[in-house]
Amino acid sequence: MIKAILIFNNHGKPRLSKFYEHYSEDTEQQIIRETFHLVSKRDENVCNFLEGGMLIGGSDNKLIYRHYATLYFVFCVDSSESELGILDLIQVFVETLDKCFENVCELDLIFHVDKVHNILAEMVMGGMVLETNMNEIITQVDAQNKMEKSEAGIAGAPARAVSAVKNMNLPEMPRNINIGDISIKVPNLPSFK
Amino acid sequence: MALKIVKGSIDRMFDKNLQDLVRGIRNHKEDEAKYISTCIDEIKQELKQDNIAVKANAVCKLTYLQMLGYDVSWAAFNIVEVMSSSKFTYKRIGYLAASQCFHESTDVIMLTTNQIRKDLSSPNQYDTGVALTGLSCFVTPDLARDLANDIMTLVSSHSRALSVSFVRFIRQSLGVQSAAVNVICELARRNPKNYLSLAPLFFKLMTSSTNNWVLIKIIKLFGALTPLEPRLGKKLIEPLTNLIHSSDSELIVPLSCIAVLISLSSGMPNHSASHVVCVIVKYLGLLAMSKILKTHPKSVQSHKDLILQCLDDKDESIRLRALDLLYGMVSKKNLMEIVKKLMLHVDKAEGTTYRDELLTKIIDICSQSNYQYITNFEWYISILVELTRLEGTRHGHLIASQMLDVAIRVKAIRAFAVAQMATLLDNAHLLTGNTQRNGICEVLYAAAWICGEFSEHLENPLQTLEAMLRPKVATLPGHIQAVYVQNAAKLFATVLRSQEGNTDSTTAQETSQLMIDRLPLFVQSANLEVQERASCILQLVKYIQKLQQKDVEVAEEVSALFAGELNPVAPKAQKKVPVPEGLDLDAWINEPPSESESEDEKPKAIFTKEEPKHSRPRHTEVDEKELARRREARKQEQANNPFYIKASPSSQKVYQETPGVEHIPVVQIDLSVPLKVPGLPMSDQYVKLEEERRQKERAEKKKKEKKKRKEKRSGRGKKHDSGPESEEDITPAHMVDIVTEEMPENALPSDDDDKDPNDPHKALDIDLDKPLADSEKLPVRSHRPTEAPKSPAEDGDTESAAPQEPKKKSSKEKKEKKKDKDKDRKVRLKEKHFQHLNMKSSKHKKKKQKKEKEEKEKKKKKKHHHHHHHSDGGGEESVQNGTVEEEEPLPVSLCACVCDIQGNLQDGSQVVVSVIFENKCNSFLKSMEFNVLDSLNSKLQRPEGAGPHDGLTVPFQLPPGVSNEARFVFTVQSIVMPQKLKGTLTFIVKDSSTHEKLDFKLHFTCTSYLITTPCYSDAFAKLLESGDLKGSSVRLEGVNMPFHHLLARICFHHHFSVVERIDSCASMYSRSIQGHHVCLLVKTADQTVSIDAKCDEPSLLGNVLDEIKQTFSQC
Repeated sequence: MIKAILIFNNHGKPRLSKFYEHYSEDTEQQIIRETFHLVSKRDENVCNFLEGGMLIGGSDNKLIYRHYATLYFVFCVDSSESELGILDLIQVFVETLDKCFENVCELDLIFHVDKVHNILAEMVMGGMVLETNMNEIITQVDAQNKMEKSEAGIAGAPARAVSAVKNMNLPEMPRNINIGDISIKVPNLPSFK
Repeated sequence: MALKIVKGSIDRMFDKNLQDLVRGIRNHKEDEAKYISTCIDEIKQELKQDNIAVKANAVCKLTYLQMLGYDVSWAAFNIVEVMSSSKFTYKRIGYLAASQCFHESTDVIMLTTNQIRKDLSSPNQYDTGVALTGLSCFVTPDLARDLANDIMTLVSSHSRALSVSFVRFIRQSLGVQSAAVNVICELARRNPKNYLSLAPLFFKLMTSSTNNWVLIKIIKLFGALTPLEPRLGKKLIEPLTNLIHSSDSELIVPLSCIAVLISLSSGMPNHSASHVVCVIVKYLGLLAMSKILKTHPKSVQSHKDLILQCLDDKDESIRLRALDLLYGMVSKKNLMEIVKKLMLHVDKAEGTTYRDELLTKIIDICSQSNYQYITNFEWYISILVELTRLEGTRHGHLIASQMLDVAIRVKAIRAFAVAQMATLLDNAHLLTGNTQRNGICEVLYAAAWICGEFSEHLENPLQTLEAMLRPKVATLPGHIQAVYVQNAAKLFATVLRSQEGNTDSTTAQETSQLMIDRLPLFVQSANLEVQERASCILQLVKYIQKLQQKDVEVAEEVSALFAGELNPVAPKAQKKVPVPEGLDLDAWINEPPSESESEDEKPKAIFTKEEPKHSRPRHTEVDEKELARRREARKQEQANNPFYIKASPSSQKVYQETPGVEHIPVVQIDLSVPLKVPGLPMSDQYVKLEEERRQKERAEKKKKEKKKRKEKRSGRGKKHDSGPESEEDITPAHMVDIVTEEMPENALPSDDDDKDPNDPHKALDIDLDKPLADSEKLPVRSHRPTEAPKSPAEDGDTESAAPQEPKKKSSKEKKEKKKDKDKDRKVRLKEKHFQHLNMKSSKHKKKKQKKEKEEKEKKKKKKHHHHHHHSDGGGEESVQNGTVEEEEPLPVSLCACVCDIQGNLQDGSQVVVSVIFENKCNSFLKSMEFNVLDSLNSKLQRPEGAGPHDGLTVPFQLPPGVSNEARFVFTVQSIVMPQKLKGTLTFIVKDSSTHEKLDFKLHFTCTSYLITTPCYSDAFAKLLESGDLKGSSVRLEGVNMPFHHLLARICFHHHFSVVERIDSCASMYSRSIQGHHVCLLVKTADQTVSIDAKCDEPSLLGNVLDEIKQTFSQC
């Protein structure tokens, strides 16, 4: 099963952490730090698999990661998962994020971590992979968003307006804030279905 | 009111939302912690408001803070509130927060049970989804127990019968299909055998599915299944190769994945990507090889060079994989070379993880199969000593145990090892820098022991003794100090002995003085063991000093303290001790406590009354003859007892020089190898020397061969060149006599114990034929084993043979006991308790509060009654049991049922009855049909189209001794009255192929319609105040059990939950499946319990109270 899914940036700042086994907050932070430490010191051109994280699990476990622009996507899995299958899953995840956020960048993940969680919940439940078909995932996510909107109804409108105004009033927060190339490059992969 | 809402929503607009929080944190880079603490204060304010939207917003922010590492468990209750919102938006936020921060010890988690249950059964699929996702993260055993049924309803089947649900899945959408395959794979990883029957299904799926993920998972699953079913492997080969070759399915077995990845990389502009692909392939290739290695080591061995090359790869993951492979490819010939290479890596390696990994691998490789590949143990010792120079390793203990093992078992090496260890001790300051647990200082433990134990080999024992008593030793961990102290004494003995002949006794006296001077340091140690040993030895030395001053020769006596040699004992020796004939380890040593002494029946009896038969006269006059007889018997017993150290020559050998060891030829040590390496040794020297030695040997051999060939030239002259020397050609440098580990005499030869505990396939060794262990069983609220038994034939028999009945009954009981023997004690107690209840209930000719089951005709009950008295009588009965069993004349088809009746919360008119059928006879039972005579009120749910009198087929057959559970659903109209249903179970006994019939009664008690539901005290109070409830009360006299027992009993048997408890007064709550509230107020005073109860349905209440009364009257 998948033990944990972590997303952090090049500086080790966590952007999403999802643990499918319970750890205390401190341990979680330690795990994130350790994982970042292990992953970040690896060259770009070495393989995407890594053993030897001490905190999660131990010898049966592996870190499978991919590095996209400023973000590391790390899946900590045990031996029952296929390495390439997980690599594929990461790709699907990123592509889904790309579709849902329209050209996803790190800022999207920073400000909408709840949405990322919701998307992830459609793909992985309790450490088991539920769905790997991107279209299906997006359909479900959209349906839920629609429900959310209909629930907010008229009452939601002013809140949305205010938040839009807030965004406008803060010019110091442009999307390209002091991080050079933040957009995540996703190659088009006709073969992934 | 409306104004308030509008105002609320306007307020809400200016609340900080998640985005604002994130933005704020980013704007306060310098004082982030301070900013967040103000935010948390705000959040706390928001959580106090009534508006759920505000709360949800706050919880959403908390989820983010949790990710940043802040503890938000204080808000758990608010999270539960948000979870229970009716709006999906908030619900989702709540569940997300819960999934991130709830865990087993979160106490509010039990409050969520009902909410989750509601959401699971929600008509909105997304509510269900959100609840499931959340639940999957924070599920606890308690939640699992309570919600299992609801999830089962979702899956529309039972998990034990997962196969059924799986078939259903397949017919549904692909998404569910992949999820199901996933789940099964995960389950199968633990318990593959259960799923063998699914193989054909998967097989079909594999050949037809187009979903990659499903394919991967199925292939993984087959990987787990094939070891269990060899035929499967053969079948699989073809479709698998087809899959690999088929062009259209880009299958994710490594091969085609490569293709996928290459296509991926070609889309990328920078060409380094293609390198990544190569690396991935390399990694996976090595991974695959390690799997092949287990079965076909030969085919991997041919790639040795390639793998050795991988050791130099810059990618650590690849190096690690290559290391794994090395294990399988060493030989006598290349061991030194490989280890040398590894040692180089050890020096270069950065990061302790990899270095430690290297270290363990080196030791693993060298020590594998009893040091099979080591030809030169001096080399190995020096490798070990070199490894001690590693900094920050966690494997000091491993190195130490290797040193000990080699020094003890390889006699020829002892002198060398001792010299090395003495150097180590001398340089102990180099190692003591790191005193952490398992650090390298552990090595000193081994060094000290080796030097002490084999001190006769020491060049300069005095110097070593001095080194061992340095003040710095006191900084070492306690267990090492203890070894130091003990072995200092051994060295002391050696020094004394070496000085014995000397006329000048100053050295001996100086040594004593040294000991007396230094030992007080250890006497002050905080470690008990060190202190004890030190003070003991200190006094001893003081005494010796006195004797020395009187010129008494003491060396002999002192060395006698440490005489004798320890032989290594094989790790499995204890297990191999054969059980002597006639010894039954499972038999009671004392008389078993009598059944009736159930602890809650008369707990005081244990202290007040003493059963006369237990108290034996302490001093009995025994005559001389009797004594002699006993002595003889004891001797006899001791002779058979392997644990008893006899005065036989075989055990003496420990103390004498063993002739057995003597006649093993210990060959002269080759003196070209320097025995005394000054300073720390370099293993490289040995490599060189070894090379030379081998060359020499080879040359000699060639000479010999030439001679031989000359002699018989006409022979098969084909061997022109001896070629690369084969394994066997390499002779060890010096004949090493590896002392075999000691095994007990006549040890049982067993092959099963050679299994590596780390063997990954060990997990597959699960005996799935045996019944589920207690912990594996699905939660069933309560059940009672009953003796159902008796085919009609037996019934007739018992009527005619009335006096025999009690015996029979107890024989069954015994069977039951046997069955449970290996379950833990607790379970046994529980069972006893049940049996006890059973007996009582029959005595009163009534069924107990819940369910019932098996037919017991009145006559039988009377007999039962008899039996009850008998069992009070104690031990004598159990003696008879064994014989009765054999007397049973019938090809009995015993079938014990355990049944449980449980309401179905989803549907107020449904009751699920689970029946466990157990086949207790020796034949196969099949075609079982379960039928119940419906009453007006309760009906067995039959499949559509079946008549009202048709039986339900039990969906399994029962081999002898096997039990299985079936569930039957009943529709019940009114639940206010208890009722009994008559039913029959028909089945065919395979051998005789006769139809047998078993009558039973199902007793639906009112309690079984109650469902444990937690309730808060405020809700409880409101309920009582509402005035809709009608009251009733009952008094129970003579209940002398602790109050909490009493409550536990009500909770357990009657499905209540405690709302509040104050001293000897408690309020309890439960709810029926049709939503009736039942509230109890239980008070106790001097053995009298009064229960005031309120319920909206008076007749239901009356019946429940009756049942409660019954429970307590029975005990």
